[in-house]
Amino acid sequence: MSDALTKLLASRDWLMADGATGTNLFNMGLSSGEPPELWNIDQPDNIRTLYRGAVAAGSDIFLTNTFGGNAARLKLHNAQGRVRELNRVGVALGREIADAAGRPVIVAGSVGPTGEIFEPMGTMTHATAVEIFHEQIEGMKEGGVDVIWVETISAPEEYKAAAEACRLAGVAWCGTMSFDTAGRTMMGVTSAAMAEMVEKLPNPPVAFGANCGVGASDLMRTVLGFASTGTERPLIAKGNAGIPKYHDGHIHYDGTPELMAEYAVLARDAGVRIIGGCCGTMPEHLKAMRAALEARPKGPRPTLETISEKLGGFSSASDGTGDTSGDPKRERRGRRG
Amino acid sequence: MADEDEIILSELSDDELVLQMHDDLYDGLKEEIEEGVNILIARGWTPYDVLTKALVAGMTIVGADFRDGILFVPEVLLAANAMKAGMFILKPLLVETGAPRMGKMVIGTVKGDIHDIGKNLVAMMMEGAGFEVLDLGINNSVEKYLEALEAEKPDILGMSALLTTTMPYMKVVIDTMKEKGLREDYIVLVGGAPLNEEFGKAIGADAYCRDAAVAVETAKQFVARKHNQLNG
Repeated sequence: MSDALTKLLASRDWLMADGATGTNLFNMGLSSGEPPELWNIDQPDNIRTLYRGAVAAGSDIFLTNTFGGNAARLKLHNAQGRVRELNRVGVALGREIADAAGRPVIVAGSVGPTGEIFEPMGTMTHATAVEIFHEQIEGMKEGGVDVIWVETISAPEEYKAAAEACRLAGVAWCGTMSFDTAGRTMMGVTSAAMAEMVEKLPNPPVAFGANCGVGASDLMRTVLGFASTGTERPLIAKGNAGIPKYHDGHIHYDGTPELMAEYAVLARDAGVRIIGGCCGTMPEHLKAMRAALEARPKGPRPTLETISEKLGGFSSASDGTGDTSGDPKRERRGRRG
Repeated sequence: MADEDEIILSELSDDELVLQMHDDLYDGLKEEIEEGVNILIARGWTPYDVLTKALVAGMTIVGADFRDGILFVPEVLLAANAMKAGMFILKPLLVETGAPRMGKMVIGTVKGDIHDIGKNLVAMMMEGAGFEVLDLGINNSVEKYLEALEAEKPDILGMSALLTTTMPYMKVVIDTMKEKGLREDYIVLVGGAPLNEEFGKAIGADAYCRDAAVAVETAKQFVARKHNQLNG
């Protein structure tokens, strides 16, 4: 039995995902430092508005307001006992909007990182992380989720724990990592290393890719890194709408709808099947992206030069993949056994 | 492993041992660092010299390679843990010998944010550079920051955020400091993945620090400037 996302992918060349959650909720009055997940219960109409905004702008997939809905994060707000409820309702509100859309729309259950560091550097164990994610995912199943969407992960250990939780729950999943440090994740994972890790999982994701990070150019470079491994698995690109700036008391991302439209077309031409935005990507960006994806014919796979020309420069000279012989090396003394 | 070319730390000359300790810090070898610190102290080094020449100099190499994208968080965390083990031995000795102090910092991750990897790195690197650091941990409200400033009277306040949803809270803290007329008493440094220099300026911080190595350099500069102002 195939899941709803796999079915939809089989019928279309590309799918458009959604944009930002946090940025949109701030504009509706969420105050900084408060957990957005509580709004699933306290302000459900705002969450409906968030989901509806993405669907009306042409998204085929939207992510639920459950990113921080795991026990490790909710503990900060003394809400660790509400994991199942917050996730169930966050997804159920999405189900309602998706089923009323009049076309197939996928409800993707967002699962963000625990925020903890894994052994041996930190205290988080694989078993505990699996348990934390599993609890969250069971709540989403109760709400009627189509697919689990693991995102903004830095550590390979955490990605694997989330995968195992999906296996235990028996649900299809997607998973993206955030490449924000010299082209790698904070924990040093390159795009090539992620592609390799994904194929070794006992239950590989329906699709994998990158989200958030540092602007659209860097994200596209990561995507080219995935593509050059020759992977056959559908790729996901969810880049930020530029860089955050502070204006009159609120955060504004400097990427225009035109820039995000350009990014969406480049992502599709690079072979990405699921294209969306992340922080700062508002409905007007999504509308421009959808229009460009429909209007503009498919072009050749873009080069790094084309990307930096159209979207701006990269944040670092290299992304850690390919030829590294020119990289700086430190003279080492004898290593002891 | 009893390798033929296994290095026996106690057989190395002072200069060689210090270089070896730089390598061992780089590789995050905690026990070797503890051993090295004890050997240097036994040879009559002052605790301050062990701190600066062996540990701080070693962490400076780690910091530079982190900044340049050669090392990543896991390696830096291991190095910092090794340094912490060395510091644990040195700390009481430094107090006894009245070694010079760089300054004091209160640091914490803002309300709603659980991510403290970057903040921990900054705290450890600052300690490694000789600063006294009070770490408030994660999820700090404006009240908690103000209480700590009042109680500790630090030179520097450091704030960290890793999420779009929490970074505006830094401005809440800075604005409250301004209201209470406290802003000018402290150097305010901010950091975290989604931030940038312009953001730091816009919310009224003294500086945005891209990573832990930059934070240490920036802190040193600002503290020196503050002292110069006081003196002249």
